[in-house]
Amino acid sequence: MVYLLGCVPGIFLLLRGMSGQLGIDPVETLEHELGLLALQFLLGSLTITPILRFARINLLKFRRALGLLSFGYLVLHLMVWLVLDQQFRLDLITAELAKRAYLIVGLISFTLLVPLAATSWSGAVRRMGAKGWVRLHRIVYLATLLGALHFVMQEKVWSPESLSYLAMAILLVGVRLLWIRAW
Amino acid sequence: MFKPDLTRADVTPERFWLNRRKLIAALGAGSVAGGFGLRAAAQEGLEPNTWEQITNYNNFYEFGIGKEDPAQNAGDMSVDPWRVTVDGLVDNPDEYALDELISDIPTEERIYRFRCVEAWSMVIPWNGFELNKLLAKFGVQPEAKYVAFETALLPDVMEGVQFPVLDWPYTEGLRLDEAMHPLTIMATGIYGRQIPNQNGAPMRLVVPWKYGFKSIKSIVRISLVAEQPINTWQESAPSEYGFYANVNPEVDHPRWSQATERVIGAGFFGGRIDTLPFNGYGNEVAALYEGMDLRENF
Repeated sequence: MVYLLGCVPGIFLLLRGMSGQLGIDPVETLEHELGLLALQFLLGSLTITPILRFARINLLKFRRALGLLSFGYLVLHLMVWLVLDQQFRLDLITAELAKRAYLIVGLISFTLLVPLAATSWSGAVRRMGAKGWVRLHRIVYLATLLGALHFVMQEKVWSPESLSYLAMAILLVGVRLLWIRAW
Repeated sequence: MFKPDLTRADVTPERFWLNRRKLIAALGAGSVAGGFGLRAAAQEGLEPNTWEQITNYNNFYEFGIGKEDPAQNAGDMSVDPWRVTVDGLVDNPDEYALDELISDIPTEERIYRFRCVEAWSMVIPWNGFELNKLLAKFGVQPEAKYVAFETALLPDVMEGVQFPVLDWPYTEGLRLDEAMHPLTIMATGIYGRQIPNQNGAPMRLVVPWKYGFKSIKSIVRISLVAEQPINTWQESAPSEYGFYANVNPEVDHPRWSQATERVIGAGFFGGRIDTLPFNGYGNEVAALYEGMDLRENF
């Protein structure tokens, strides 16, 4: 159910794309919207525990879906960049990846999330043991910070929008640092 | 006299085609270009940019930093009457009424590539006149070496200026020989229509071999000066935006490559092309920079 709802913005983007309603530069719009969705779902997954602690509302069962939806949008974001934006010109892509800090930051964030997505199934928790699994999944804090940083770094000016996402990421991760005493 | 290598058909979308043919006929300009245009467009592989694209994809941060913000928000700016202050090293400094100032300068169509520093590009059919024709009216004094320009700052209608994203008002500058170059124009129209507010009404600069941010919009002040002026983007990030800002595929922006550009209007799969030195106007303008290190003077 959550997965279906979570796909709605993606389907909406697809429909807008097919009907030519993604604005004058549809590639840029698609790329940015997908990246934004990935960040929003990632931040959303990080609000579950604070909501439980502060508001005593248990939404834990939705957390995995939010994380996986985020990862799905992130994969699409990366694909749009590779295929539609860079036109799969490998010379450009490798040159860009080597030189651009914001791309490197974004790519590290993605890479950190791969093992988390891969161990998101219930069986993985059993196999790894709850403690090890929790430890591994703390990587999400770093990935979130880097994701928000990637958003801020690619802007031409300090924009209120990207800065507020970075602030949210810092807040949601910061609150964990206060909670977590022993790593 | 500058002869553009782009033709009318490089920019004219099909749905404007008949209208434009009529307009051209009405102006007595002849319709010779029409017949050859489409073939030339195919050869160049250029995607035409429509009025809709040109007027809905703008960087005009005074009206918001989103590409579609200016089209949405610039409508309230009143551009008639419009006054332009001319000062500095000129014989005739004054605050001029724009319509009187330019009424006797005939306009012509200039079809130019437009390359943004953000690595996207369009092809735009401007209507305007060479800046040197305007400067000739002011009596430029021999000590003047640069021209500085300033955009209107109208907080009542420019919601973007509430945010300190840039140091308003927006300013730009050119070396005098760049300003006098026949490729450098003041644009007052697009596609034969009055230039819309979001594109810099009522009068904006167009310097086709430089990144778009040099082509300052909605100009209210022109100053002839002896010292190199500082432009707004240079002030905001001197390591990223220089004074010259000539289109140069060899010199990257520190945060992204300038070697290629995405062609607006090329659709999902159309478009990334190699960027040309001086945006393809090297034959006309490279001599201006002879002996200069363009890596240093980016």
